[in-house]
Amino acid sequence: METIEHYLYTKEHEWVNIDEKTATVGITDYAQAALGDVTFVELPEVDSEVEQFEQFVSVESVKAASDIYAPMSGRIIEVNPKLESDPALINRSCYEKGWIAKLEISNIDEKLNLMTAQEYRKFLEGLET
Amino acid sequence: MPLQYEGILAEYESTRRQSTVFDTSHMGEFLITGDCQENGLDRIVTQPLNDMPHKTCRYGMALNASGGIRDDLIVYRIADGEWMIVVNAGTCPKMIEHFTDHLTSGALFQDISSQTGKLDIQGPSSREALKTIVPGIEKLDYYTFDYFEVLGQRVIVSRTGYTGELGYEIYFPWERTPELWREILKNPDVKPAGLGARDVLRLEMGYSLYGHELEETVSPLEARLMKFVDLEKDFLGRDALWKQREHGAGRKLIPFISETRRSPRQHHPICTPSLEPVGTVTSGSFSPALQKGIGMGFISQGDIQEGQNFLIGDEKNKIKACWATRPFYKKGSLKS
Repeated sequence: METIEHYLYTKEHEWVNIDEKTATVGITDYAQAALGDVTFVELPEVDSEVEQFEQFVSVESVKAASDIYAPMSGRIIEVNPKLESDPALINRSCYEKGWIAKLEISNIDEKLNLMTAQEYRKFLEGLET
Repeated sequence: MPLQYEGILAEYESTRRQSTVFDTSHMGEFLITGDCQENGLDRIVTQPLNDMPHKTCRYGMALNASGGIRDDLIVYRIADGEWMIVVNAGTCPKMIEHFTDHLTSGALFQDISSQTGKLDIQGPSSREALKTIVPGIEKLDYYTFDYFEVLGQRVIVSRTGYTGELGYEIYFPWERTPELWREILKNPDVKPAGLGARDVLRLEMGYSLYGHELEETVSPLEARLMKFVDLEKDFLGRDALWKQREHGAGRKLIPFISETRRSPRQHHPICTPSLEPVGTVTSGSFSPALQKGIGMGFISQGDIQEGQNFLIGDEKNKIKACWATRPFYKKGSLKS
């Protein structure tokens, strides 16, 4: 499973890319593979506030619907409009073109609750056994 | 059969555009001998059997005494007094019992499920793809079958399926089925497909699935399968069905399309626009052909009118949906 070295990860298989005050959020390679073909993404409303680890997006695949949790607290400043017409972008490019939302981070210390790429890979290994 | 090989949508596309092979060896097959009206077979099935020409198939159901569906099945008339019945995998044990209970002592009943493998090749190019493996396949018309020489073995191949596309089902000796599977897949135009794609394909056709739309407590009237029932003939469950027709069924199966790409899911409540629950979803999926969510479910009679919008979903999310017509997908190569 692919990971991106400088991203941070949650146990629910979301990733976050922090750039100063802005966090770009998506789901990991592991999550997209487990979901299968993504057919629908319900995006959050811009300007809405989310709490860390609170459900803020739902993603549907042919097989099932899954909840996606916010990796950090903050205000949604942008959502990926391409996912509306092409949700399978998440399968094709989960770490880049298939990003889900950007948020303005309200508490940077919350990143301590997240895993580094190395920790996340370890965590995935634990899931396989 | 696994859920998927390459991916549900890729396997779906291969089936609609070219062809795929499904391993449906888990299904049940019975051989029955004797005159269908003397041996009790005709009474088990909702469709008339004695007018079936040799080497044709007929879809029907077996009912319980209350008119509920014990199983849906396909009858193969091999010759005078020679029949093959194909039943669902999950229902196979109870159907063995059902048949042995209701066939007369003169009938010879043989469960050949464990010796019989089955591969379904489905898709617009399936005829072309099978030409060399099944010489003579071109002559088969829709819902007919014949014996063919396949890998040196004389076996039944029928032009039947569950996808809405041109397709064939090959009944093959169990132990040699992997060999046939590999042989079929040598053709680069044929891809393997799994249960996930099969479910999307059948749902786009509005076909019912046992355990979803069909079960012991559901009658053919409720499931809107009366075109596969001949009320003029004598069959198990007929009296109950007559009564239900007179008094009206309490609920009925309806097909619906979601307003968005969001899919209805099995067990989701169906509600009126004023949020009054009136039914339950039995099957739901994303439809690649329509690029929308589609589904089927039971509603209590009279609560929603045809063409009316309604809401589907749990507490968290509600999908706007509207009553549709079956099949959802109308461009299949089924009868080409």
